[in-house]
Amino acid sequence: MTTHYLVLSALLFSIGAVGVLVRRNAIVVFMCVELMLNACNLAFVTFARQHGNLDGQIIAFFVMVVAAAEVVVGLAIIVTIFRTRRSASVDDANLLKY
Amino acid sequence: MNNTFQAPTIEYGQLAPLLLVFGAAVVGVLIEAFAPRYLRKSFQVPLTFVSLLGAFALILVQVFVSGVPTAPAAMGAVAVDGPSLFIWGVILILAAVSVLLITDDDHFVPQAAAVPGSAEEDDALAEGAAHTEVYPLVLFAVGGMLLFAASNDLLMMFVALEVMSLPLYLLCGLARRRRLLSQEASVKYFLLGAFSSGFFLYGMALIYGFAGTVDLAGISRALGTVSGQDPLLLIGTALLGVGLLFKIGAAPFQAWKPDVYQGAPTPITALMASGTLVAAFGALLRVFWVALGNLDWDWRPVMWGVAILTMVLGAILAITQTDIKRMLAYSSIAHAGFLLVGVIATGDARQNADALSGILFYLLVYGITTVGAFAVVTVVRDAGGEAGHLSRWAGLGKRAPALAGVFAFFLLAFAGIPLTSGFFGKYAVFAAAATGGALPLVIVGVVSSAVAAFFYVRVIVLMFFSEPAADGPTIAVPSMGTAAVVTVAAAATVVLGVFPEPVLRLADQAASTLFIR
Repeated sequence: MTTHYLVLSALLFSIGAVGVLVRRNAIVVFMCVELMLNACNLAFVTFARQHGNLDGQIIAFFVMVVAAAEVVVGLAIIVTIFRTRRSASVDDANLLKY
Repeated sequence: MNNTFQAPTIEYGQLAPLLLVFGAAVVGVLIEAFAPRYLRKSFQVPLTFVSLLGAFALILVQVFVSGVPTAPAAMGAVAVDGPSLFIWGVILILAAVSVLLITDDDHFVPQAAAVPGSAEEDDALAEGAAHTEVYPLVLFAVGGMLLFAASNDLLMMFVALEVMSLPLYLLCGLARRRRLLSQEASVKYFLLGAFSSGFFLYGMALIYGFAGTVDLAGISRALGTVSGQDPLLLIGTALLGVGLLFKIGAAPFQAWKPDVYQGAPTPITALMASGTLVAAFGALLRVFWVALGNLDWDWRPVMWGVAILTMVLGAILAITQTDIKRMLAYSSIAHAGFLLVGVIATGDARQNADALSGILFYLLVYGITTVGAFAVVTVVRDAGGEAGHLSRWAGLGKRAPALAGVFAFFLLAFAGIPLTSGFFGKYAVFAAAATGGALPLVIVGVVSSAVAAFFYVRVIVLMFFSEPAADGPTIAVPSMGTAAVVTVAAAATVVLGVFPEPVLRLADQAASTLFIR
């Protein structure tokens, strides 16, 4: 039964999306984005099983590589802002508005 | 089961412009690794220009010598068709012009790792350090833009989206002055961009679940044959749309644009405001016309709403802005809305070709004027960097008549006054939309253009009809590059406004074949 995996993937994606919206620490927000990407991977692999082709599994590899690249760039940016402000809270980054 | 392995075919000739830009970016990284510091810039700048102009020459060769291909390249992953080639040409021109601005070291931080205001920063400044990594990063971003607009399957599109965005996230944080704003823009752009690409990816997963393939043509075929999976398709389309609309900055996904445009170094803002918008529209058109063209009854009403909201929100919020870069950002949001009107104007093949040609022309004229406007912004300086606040621009017409005149001209082009290029851009898109049955949208578009004209004219009035402040901003002597950018942009805006015929015909030809599948 592949439906369970799809439900799990939708749940993980929603948890990630809600986390991005409600959490305050940039690192945690970023982890929630990664959770969303992993939920996508689960959906891809499940659909690959459902359709009986390998496209979804190959895509999952690509997504992993992209996610790794995103971690490199993201952590660099977050560390920079932490060193400047001594805080990684997205609420403190409030100079640009309106 | 056929067990023999068949090697994939890659059409290197068709992909040559892409490969050249990516190749130059990789060489640029190697230069960073091996060349001594004082030599790096003198390697990087020529390399960047040669690759961008070389790619442009390769496109010309393809258009005029070898002919526009009629089938997708690289096993159906990249479609090098008429619209792609036109968009590639536009992106490469805009990128080359933006790089002229970027060569001015004055915009970038000497050492990004040094904390603002620390002793290390002073040391780096005194040492004359510079981040020449900027050039390979720009090349990677430009390569990603090219690939994004031409990708013919969703996986390629996702990878291109990230290749385009990741360097831009970093470049946003590298402003030399007002570094806190710049770093904040970078964090915001990164988190929101990653969030939106998560949506894009999940949409792609659901559409893969529906169609069993991520090939755009395959999805289009599946629309007619698969039934009973509609929730997957509809939710997938919506999520995919969120990801793409975020990149073009359409409301309600526009929140990042003003912050990022204001905080980023102005040359990078110029690159983002022109190149990224062009590339994202290429990708948006491809997804919604090629893959989901037969689903237009479902996505069109939503797109109507998004287009109206984007135009109205962009035009109205721009009025309340006090910072010149934020104002241009909201103006860019409004223009994204005008372009969306063209995306909705689908119908039969002839109608589609008209709308597409209008969008292609609009993208070119808007992009070139935008780069010019941001180039002007870089030379109006205060003690702390660029004079962003609008009140500082008061009386600029008396202190620097030529500069203020050129800027006023760019603003009029944004507003779409006749005899500027903006007029023909808007006219082409709105005319196609009106014949395509989107008349109410055109009316909203014209009304919000009028609202937008109000705030453009307000800046012009401020520059020419108010007294200059005693401690007004200084006008920096523009570097060769900046002066060249302003001249090129102003010339293009005049020529395309008075004599648009050849370029319009080129856009017509590019659009006539529509997107190949």
